[in-house]
Amino acid sequence: MTRSRRQDASTRGDNGFLLRSAGLFILALCVLAACTLAIAMRPATAKSVVADIDRHLIAITTDFSGQDVLIFGAVDQPGDIIMAMWGPQGDVQVHHKERVAGIWVNREAVTFGNVPSFYGIASSRPLYELLAPDVLDRYQLGVGRLRLKTLGADAPNVADFRSALIRERQRGNLYADKVGRVTFVGDTLFRANLRLPSTVPTGKFLIEVYLARDGQIVDAQTIPLVISKVGFGADIYRFANNNGFAYGVVAVIVALLAGWLAHLMFRRR
Amino acid sequence: MLGAILDWLLSFQIYLPIAEISISVFLLLALGAGVGFLSGLIGVGGGFLVTPLLIFIGVPPAVAVATQSNQVVASSVSGVLVHWGRGNVDFVMGGVLLIGGLLGSSIGIVVFSLLRQFGQIDVVIAISYVVTLGSIGLLMMVESIQALRRIRRKAPPKKLHQHTWVHGLPFKLRFKKSRLYISAILPISVGAFVGLLSAVMGVGGAFMLVPAMIYLLGMPTSIVIGTSLFQIIFVSGYVTILQSWQNHAVDIMLALLLTIGSVVGAQFGGRLGAKLPGEQLRFLMAALVVTVGLLLLIELVRRPANLYSIMAVGGLH
Repeated sequence: MTRSRRQDASTRGDNGFLLRSAGLFILALCVLAACTLAIAMRPATAKSVVADIDRHLIAITTDFSGQDVLIFGAVDQPGDIIMAMWGPQGDVQVHHKERVAGIWVNREAVTFGNVPSFYGIASSRPLYELLAPDVLDRYQLGVGRLRLKTLGADAPNVADFRSALIRERQRGNLYADKVGRVTFVGDTLFRANLRLPSTVPTGKFLIEVYLARDGQIVDAQTIPLVISKVGFGADIYRFANNNGFAYGVVAVIVALLAGWLAHLMFRRR
Repeated sequence: MLGAILDWLLSFQIYLPIAEISISVFLLLALGAGVGFLSGLIGVGGGFLVTPLLIFIGVPPAVAVATQSNQVVASSVSGVLVHWGRGNVDFVMGGVLLIGGLLGSSIGIVVFSLLRQFGQIDVVIAISYVVTLGSIGLLMMVESIQALRRIRRKAPPKKLHQHTWVHGLPFKLRFKKSRLYISAILPISVGAFVGLLSAVMGVGGAFMLVPAMIYLLGMPTSIVIGTSLFQIIFVSGYVTILQSWQNHAVDIMLALLLTIGSVVGAQFGGRLGAKLPGEQLRFLMAALVVTVGLLLLIELVRRPANLYSIMAVGGLH
């Protein structure tokens, strides 16, 4: 009775050991499988395109007459590169003038939300050779493919307002389908000079670098770029916009002093 | 040769931080000097000429108006100091006018902000200028022609102080220096009306205030200029601060350049003005005012090249 109980115990103990061993083995198998899987998948999750910019901050002074920024990078296998440069976004109101009592007056207005203040494209080949129209639409590649959404209800003639907005921005050199050319050095290294016009707005820009292969976008990277105004003029602008009341008081004091000085200067003669 | 020198001079560009455009320094100085010369010659502020000219050279109308208010402060200081020294300022009348002026210009600033939001400020500024320049210019023209005729006939000038219905209004106040006993409502409403226009048009408003003070209030001509300038300094200073605060539209660089030009110009204008016959000058001035009004009218009526205009709303993010 006592023996058998001990035997039972020992058998049970053996069973427990076996179970534990089996569990460990399965766990080890799982880890191994996961590692193999991870190793097998690694090339797919690694970046197929890496790119950078020669400077992340551009300080523009009052005599700024435009500038080039250099984007460079590499791809793992031959492909094509498309770059889209987006300026900071904001709401824009478009007015249409009509004749009222002989005078041309702003009548209808449509407001578009989150309109980029700057938009430029550069690519290694023309976009239509690289991607199908629906893909270009999905990624908003090309000035004509920008999704400009109205705030509020859509007027029936909203398309006219949208094209007027794009036309105005193009005229100000703020929207362009070609701000530079992407050129390859060998099969895998690329570079592009993107042209910033003198009218470039300030703020946080994003440059999206897409790798296109066989009619698909296979990888992308986003590079940030900050453009800010520096110098006396920029300081005045910031003062006026951040603390308008104090600016007004200073403006009046300066005017009073200037008037008084002029009075003294010409009285003495 | 002359063209080359002119090009060289015009190449000194200055960036105006609020107007956000680059303009030749010499063009702005010359503009200020030209208007200062005319104002010294004729004896009015000339703000009503600066704003349209600034708009012609590409300064946004809202900035042109707001900045002009600032420049009026500078150009009025010298005048007030001179008239104060001669005892030609009625501070009581100036104070009462000022109450109206502050009321009117406060309303004017609110109207200005609303119109700017609705994208209508440019056209309202232009219409205000066409109407006031047109009517004041024509009145000046008629008046100067009559004056020229009077000189030929050697007839005596009209009597100025006449009693009308306005002298029956309540809240009468005694203005010792102006030798007047009239209702305070009258100067307050004159001040308010000019203050309203002053905010919307960016002018001191002397060209409306002075005739109103002489013909409507019946003040003696000798103290009208000093008193109006006294009131204009405060109203323009107030408008400058409000415009900066509400609309961020005052360009301090632009105001300073215009001021430098105009104080120098005004000295020469004043000296020449003392030597030339007044009536012919007033006629020339009237012709100039009417011409500027007409140019603005043509701009309003002509079909614009681009019917669409875009305006950023709020900030970028």
